[in-house]
Amino acid sequence: MTAPADKPRLSREHMLDLLKQMIRIRHFEDKCYELYTQEKIRGFMHLYDGEEAIAVGIIPVLEKRDRIVSAYREHGHALVRGVPMTKVMAEMYGKQEGCSRGRGGSMHLFDRATNFYGGNAIVGGGLPLAVGLALADHMQGGDLVIACFFGDGAVAEGEFHESLNLAALWGLPVLFVCENNLYAMGTALALSESETDIQRKAACYRIAAEAVDGMDVVAVEAAARRAVHAVRESRKPYFLECRTYRLRAHSMFDAQLYRDKAEIETWRPKEPIIRFQGWLQSNHMIHPEEVARIEAEADAEVEQAVAFAEAGTWEPVEQLTRFVYADRSVPAGR
Amino acid sequence: MQQQAVRSGTIETTYREAVRAAIRDAIKRDERVFLMGEDVGRYGGCYAVTKGLLAELGPERIRDTPLSESGFTGAGIGAAMAGMRPIVELMTVNFSLLALDQILNNAATVRHMSGNQFGVPLVIRMATGAGRQLAAQHSHSLEGWYAHIAGIKVLAPATLEDARGMLWTAIEDPDPVLIFENVMLYNMSGKLAADAGPVDIDKAAVRRPGRDISLITYGGSLWKTLEAAATLAAENIEAEVIDLRSLRPLDDATIMTSVAKTRRAVVVDEGWRSGSLAAEVGMRIVEQVFWALDAPIGRVCSEEVPVPYPSHLENATIPQPAKIVAAAKAALGGR
Repeated sequence: MTAPADKPRLSREHMLDLLKQMIRIRHFEDKCYELYTQEKIRGFMHLYDGEEAIAVGIIPVLEKRDRIVSAYREHGHALVRGVPMTKVMAEMYGKQEGCSRGRGGSMHLFDRATNFYGGNAIVGGGLPLAVGLALADHMQGGDLVIACFFGDGAVAEGEFHESLNLAALWGLPVLFVCENNLYAMGTALALSESETDIQRKAACYRIAAEAVDGMDVVAVEAAARRAVHAVRESRKPYFLECRTYRLRAHSMFDAQLYRDKAEIETWRPKEPIIRFQGWLQSNHMIHPEEVARIEAEADAEVEQAVAFAEAGTWEPVEQLTRFVYADRSVPAGR
Repeated sequence: MQQQAVRSGTIETTYREAVRAAIRDAIKRDERVFLMGEDVGRYGGCYAVTKGLLAELGPERIRDTPLSESGFTGAGIGAAMAGMRPIVELMTVNFSLLALDQILNNAATVRHMSGNQFGVPLVIRMATGAGRQLAAQHSHSLEGWYAHIAGIKVLAPATLEDARGMLWTAIEDPDPVLIFENVMLYNMSGKLAADAGPVDIDKAAVRRPGRDISLITYGGSLWKTLEAAATLAAENIEAEVIDLRSLRPLDDATIMTSVAKTRRAVVVDEGWRSGSLAAEVGMRIVEQVFWALDAPIGRVCSEEVPVPYPSHLENATIPQPAKIVAAAKAALGGR
């Protein structure tokens, strides 16, 4: 008898991998912050600090052939999905070796090889796209799961409601993942939503939903297994609200006038890496030297990614207008 | 130019039936093609274009949608990115504004922004134009505005051949194509080759040759412009009428060849004058064949008002043959 598909695998090796993935994201983004201050990275950049457990808990539960749509705080999703850190960092630099040829930057990471359908920087704009990816799978008789990540801000958009309705109405395999970090940029959830219990909104569309502590990677993974299994089997949408908190500013231009430092400090002990690491240590599942090794490996990977991006090249200006439309002489993704 | 020699005779048909035949043909020809939009199925289409297709092709391929323009247009984009060839119908151009986020921020950007990893082979059809007394929220002509957007293609079929033939070529195009069908053309009837098929979607057409002035237009205004040209001919003025057919990309070569020959031009465009497609065409003429011009370029556009309901005011808002004749004569120095 095989283990039920929705039970988490609690092997020590798996636990270490969850920790490792979260540390990879954190160290990558810490470096990005530093590079931003050095003006190596420009534009808008939104960090995932505090929210890593969501990507790490959900994305490895998906299969390689499944599809992912994300929003603009998507470095973590791309890295966990397997987009090489080198290519993500080169994209942050705007180099043509980046995962979107440097044309998208931080907010628009795309990768066909891993079915990563992009960082979408119009709040809510990715949801209809995910519905369409699922519609295609439905019409093609497939068995994919389309995971769509968005923040609590998207919930106020019409596209959120249109998409949930369409997915439920047509029976489409979309896993809607709301990363509720309590702020839509600088507007608190209670100032923008009449119903702040976001997962309840799914019930209006007859979509099964649950909320989970988005800073507990084991809980997120357990919920993700239930959710992905439900979508895969039922071919219907599922709504997972991951409750989390963004420990850094919304973007690099945010002075955080809308929240107290004290509030941030109350959340800091709950952040997913320290919490999970502490849990592993108190259960004797990890030695401090293993943490040190994981951190050193992450730093080495980041260092390699920076070197790759630094060595990267700028797309020649002569190619500026290339791929506005398909160049039929160049093999395209499609 | 687009039509093969007629072998199997002609049929009497309408613009509406030609569009319907094109949709039916595309869906039967390619299993990836389907149509979705508001009231396209059971209702038969707001302008009866898709009447009967649901019964013939089934609800998976003729898909009624909720009134969620952004949602189902975005779904069309996603489905196109995943290998389907959707046709999205938006009931009118005014409603398309509810889907503008998806059209501009996703359909038009994805290929370039993703470094050519993903394309959006999607067709979006919609009705455009005034003349049916539908007032200020159902009557505008915003195709010129869409033609501003890099990353999409914009078509305006004005003839039965184009209504029948542009769709398939647009579906085969690897990029998003918007097709604007002028509401006043749906009832237009005429003869069409029984074996009419795909036509090119990147060339303008000379619909009436002439030597004295170039009248450049598209869509519903084509027929008014041809009427004006007939009036001018009675006064010994031979106007050449250019049907742009594709508003993006514009076929500069056909326009410039004509203007270089006639040395005078009037652009007729049902969009508002300020920032119009007519302005773009006029400026291109100035950039490319300025030294060939014998007179300032004229424009006949819509008056800059929201289209009003009463028939006499609606008619006064949009280009009419008399205005085109007057503009042509002005360009000819009051001949």
